[in-house]
Amino acid sequence: MKSAVVVFPGSNCDRDLAVALGQVTGRDPVMLWHRETEIPEGTDIIAVPGGFSYGDYLRSGAMAARSPIMRAVSDAAARGVAVLGICNGFQILTEAGLLPGALMRNAGLSFVCRDVKLTVGTSQSIFTNRYEAGETVTFPVAHHDGNFTADSETLDRLEGEGRVAFRYAESVNGSARHIAGILNDAGNVLGMMPHPERVIEAAHGKTDGRRLFEGLLQTVKA
Amino acid sequence: MKTRVYVTLKGGVLDPQGKAFHHALEGLGFSGVNDVRAGKLIELDLADGVSDADIDGMCRKLLANTVIENYRIERA
Repeated sequence: MKSAVVVFPGSNCDRDLAVALGQVTGRDPVMLWHRETEIPEGTDIIAVPGGFSYGDYLRSGAMAARSPIMRAVSDAAARGVAVLGICNGFQILTEAGLLPGALMRNAGLSFVCRDVKLTVGTSQSIFTNRYEAGETVTFPVAHHDGNFTADSETLDRLEGEGRVAFRYAESVNGSARHIAGILNDAGNVLGMMPHPERVIEAAHGKTDGRRLFEGLLQTVKA
Repeated sequence: MKTRVYVTLKGGVLDPQGKAFHHALEGLGFSGVNDVRAGKLIELDLADGVSDADIDGMCRKLLANTVIENYRIERA
């Protein structure tokens, strides 16, 4: 199973994500610099990490979404390759049009950095198949722009089609319908603000995030 | 040629930054402010051949996120 992590100037969760993927898949991911134009042949999972790509210039994720590597990521997503965007990665995927909606400044204006309780919205996805729908998990968040917004038609469609992967079980950032993570219509792209890669081993204090990577590995391998 | 692009949040979209400006203005003792909305001004210095359609494309593809923002182009 081959994975890749995209790295932008200002990414800061790329190494955490590489460790998580390496531990779970048993193979270190390829790190792809933003100027690259191709995804290595046979890549099964592409991860877009958190951080402050391009210093959040213009809008969070806006510049990264127009970088050369993201054209290749879009093409790979269209071919069905699994794409996981976390935090800034989620912002980048919405800005690139791979996921609907947008992530705005937190309603309370503050940067939120703490563990939050989430409810799993669906177990019917390649990312969440190791969780139970309705299960409560705890992941850390660390963001300033996590306030998900979309028109009500889009929100209805996301909910109706089982594409809300995670919801906040508490008040965090003003996100529409408490949405913390969503899937694309084909189900192979997930964007989420919380950080599963920061809770994968006992030394982290919690391991709730590990099952996301394990589930992904299992489905992609099958 | 100088061209200005004004990017503003769409009507229904919550603007926490504008709200904070509003509170700060009230805190400074200014009354009569009904609402505050914050936006961006982007100044472009363009060659003569750049068409209106080109500028519109720049706005739609990068300068504004049309999910949450409107834009207005002002050519000098």
